[in-house]
Amino acid sequence: MVKSTSNSKSPSADGVQEPARRDFIVVATYAMGAVGAAAVAWPLIDQMNPAADTLALASTEVDVSKIAEGQAITVTWRGKPVFIRHRTPDEIARANAIDGAELRDPQEDEARVQRPALLVVVGVCTHLGCVPLGQKTGDVKGDYDGWFCPCHGSHYDTSGRIRKGPAPTNLEVPPYNFLSDNVIRIG
Amino acid sequence: MSAAKFSNPVVRWIDHRLPVFSMLDHTANEYPTPKNLNYMWNFGSLAGLSLVIMIVTGVVLAMSYTAHVDYAFESVERIMRDVNHGWLIRYIHMNTASFFFIVVYLHIFRGLYYGSYKAPRELLWILGVVIFLLMMATAFMGYVLPWGQMSFWGATVITNLFSAIPFVGESVVTFLWGGFSVDNPTLTRFFSLHYLMPFLIAGVVVLHIVALHRFGSNNPIGIDTKGRQDTISFHPYYTIKDMVGIAMFLLLLAIAVFFFPNAMGHPDNYIPANPMQTPAHIVPEWYFLPFYAILRAVPDKLGGVLLMFGAIAILFILPWLDRSPVRSARFRPVFRIFFWLLFIDALALGYLGAMPAEGIYVTLSRVATAWYFLHFLVILPMLGVFENTKPLPKSISEPVLATTGEAA
Repeated sequence: MVKSTSNSKSPSADGVQEPARRDFIVVATYAMGAVGAAAVAWPLIDQMNPAADTLALASTEVDVSKIAEGQAITVTWRGKPVFIRHRTPDEIARANAIDGAELRDPQEDEARVQRPALLVVVGVCTHLGCVPLGQKTGDVKGDYDGWFCPCHGSHYDTSGRIRKGPAPTNLEVPPYNFLSDNVIRIG
Repeated sequence: MSAAKFSNPVVRWIDHRLPVFSMLDHTANEYPTPKNLNYMWNFGSLAGLSLVIMIVTGVVLAMSYTAHVDYAFESVERIMRDVNHGWLIRYIHMNTASFFFIVVYLHIFRGLYYGSYKAPRELLWILGVVIFLLMMATAFMGYVLPWGQMSFWGATVITNLFSAIPFVGESVVTFLWGGFSVDNPTLTRFFSLHYLMPFLIAGVVVLHIVALHRFGSNNPIGIDTKGRQDTISFHPYYTIKDMVGIAMFLLLLAIAVFFFPNAMGHPDNYIPANPMQTPAHIVPEWYFLPFYAILRAVPDKLGGVLLMFGAIAILFILPWLDRSPVRSARFRPVFRIFFWLLFIDALALGYLGAMPAEGIYVTLSRVATAWYFLHFLVILPMLGVFENTKPLPKSISEPVLATTGEAA
């Protein structure tokens, strides 16, 4: 039975088993092979990451001047819904009525908006990814008059913060900035 | 073959219940191999490597490809431009297809030269021809997928071959198309089958290897091994020898992929398919050219198709056409001359297949086609009877000892 050369040991002058030079060559060869295999594997794995044309669609521009007070619209950003709500003074007041530090995911309302009247959140429940109700006039808006997720019963307030139900965190605020007074760019 | 040979206790535990490690050990480690194999015996493992590369890159390409007449061409262009490393993966897939055929053609000619198809390896040879046929079908359907001009018209011409069948030809072609021309149903079924067939090939490759290991590899002398003194273990001797070939293969493949990625393709396939206009000069991929030349050499539609398929079918009965008891061409001086004539004939057919079907090319194609069949149907059977072969050595070791004059 011929064994792999990597197991061969050549006795040195004093009879102690030492790794042979051949062992070094074998290990070095395997190491080079591993580096080569990794270099080949990378393109095959990386091709599953977003392609250039997918990344090119990663920002969305929205004219927010047309949204009336109390009205909410849904836009698409990276294939996901983004809720934009023009909040009433009452809704802003209710969002500020509670101390944000006491919530499950502590956050003040001011930290979640750039202009108090305009709330922009990703419309994906932080529990398991359903789209919460509350955008349309007739929708159930939950106990806190924000959004309610029908999948597993998460209630969000008028700042999109989790108040009741299984969701661990508040609705995510996407990165956005005002290109002008009326237009925001998300992403 | 006892499980005790493995030092790792986990491997021992598994192998006792599921002897996969023993199987691998027997197949790729201790497997006794003739000790005189030359580099022509590299092409089997290279073909296996090609199949693995094709399946891996193909599975990855399918993630970004869309099998629809309106999107196929654009999805391939998106792979080339937008998908991360997509250009690299597609060029590897394209060029490895060509390299796969180069390797397999060399593998086949190796078998022809050294008589590897003779008893007791007839089934091994026949399984190889089956793999070759499956490869051709797979390659043809893969070439259709980018939905360029050559894709479309290649698909049209090749599927129309079946219209030569008497009486039912037209119905067969309609069935193959799933309509009245090459169209979306054709494309989607070709994609499905193109994805399926490599795995069928892999299955036949397993049978091919099982048949190979029944009697072991043939060798350059073509006589049977007569015991341990004639063989060495597959690992490390032939794994290392195969690695040398693999390194050369990958080097050449890399040169093709990075510097000449479209050299073996056709520029017309970067024009989207247009069912209303045929390209001026339509040729198949280079690896089909010898068979294409045979098809065009015959002035009769059905006759051309029959001869083209016959050129491959004749390989199935080759073990019974060549009745010479001597395997290797080294000891068959006359056969060796005719082998090289056949080799030149095959190259000539490849060249003629790429030329326009007119004038001198038609005449030459007919001569080359006639010679191809003459070789297999007349020359080989006659050589088996009339050829004076050279005396065979008594063992694989004998010629080595005779030249060195030393005892092993």
